[in-house]
Amino acid sequence: MSRLGHEEGCVRATFMIAATLQTPELEQAEATAEDLGLPWNVVVHNDPVNLMSYVTMVFQRVFGYPREKAEKHMLEVHQLGRSIVWSGMRERGELYVQQLHQYLLLATVERTA
Amino acid sequence: MEICRKGETLEMRELDPFLAELLRQIPEAVQTKDSPAVEERLFSPPAVPEEDEICAEWKLYVEPELRRLFQTATETVREDLAQLLCTAKPFANCSLSIPLAHADAWLSGLNQARLAITASNGFTQDELSDQYRSPLGSRRDLSLFQVNFYGFLQEMILREIDPPN
Repeated sequence: MSRLGHEEGCVRATFMIAATLQTPELEQAEATAEDLGLPWNVVVHNDPVNLMSYVTMVFQRVFGYPREKAEKHMLEVHQLGRSIVWSGMRERGELYVQQLHQYLLLATVERTA
Repeated sequence: MEICRKGETLEMRELDPFLAELLRQIPEAVQTKDSPAVEERLFSPPAVPEEDEICAEWKLYVEPELRRLFQTATETVREDLAQLLCTAKPFANCSLSIPLAHADAWLSGLNQARLAITASNGFTQDELSDQYRSPLGSRRDLSLFQVNFYGFLQEMILREIDPPN
């Protein structure tokens, strides 16, 4: 009984509020990946010249990855053509790309899909 | 040729004149002028062209810094290579000592040279994997040998500064 009465009250209250409010004007804004706080990816692309051992060393040095993780990314680059080696804020990603270019790796910063 | 570590230096002994000459060519090989392909590879874009703001800032601020870093590394290599110029006999084997403190400069110099030679010759992945091609066939074959020889040296240096477990 009381449950039904509560439900009725809710319905009534909603109706009353709806009767007093005007339809709001909605502003539509397109949010960019940055506005939404979406991360950027640092991608390393395959290059037939850079040695596998060299690329592993670079990942260890730049990102501080343990050897196993660095090798996993290196193999991903080698076998799949690219590897997302880091994700996060754009500025940090750009800094990582700059460091990777200092070692002459093919690296780019990309928006997440 | 023999490579070994002696204290804080990496020593290359019994370098025959041919290999010594290839080493002498490292600083020259990294020159990017007159080769858009080399320029494009050594200074590749940091993002897709649509990210014009990132690319423009990169050109303005980062690229000059990269040029300076690459040039500094090459100068260090050039200074070490001066040891090869003072051999008593023109066709005698010689030695080269690389301080381990210069290892990063050498890795960079060798890498710049390998990338530059590959880009200017347009070597394919198959060609780069062909380790057994004679360097004597043509200028192109010699360049390919040069890329592989520099790669071998990179491996040697890496083993010393970052030994595998």
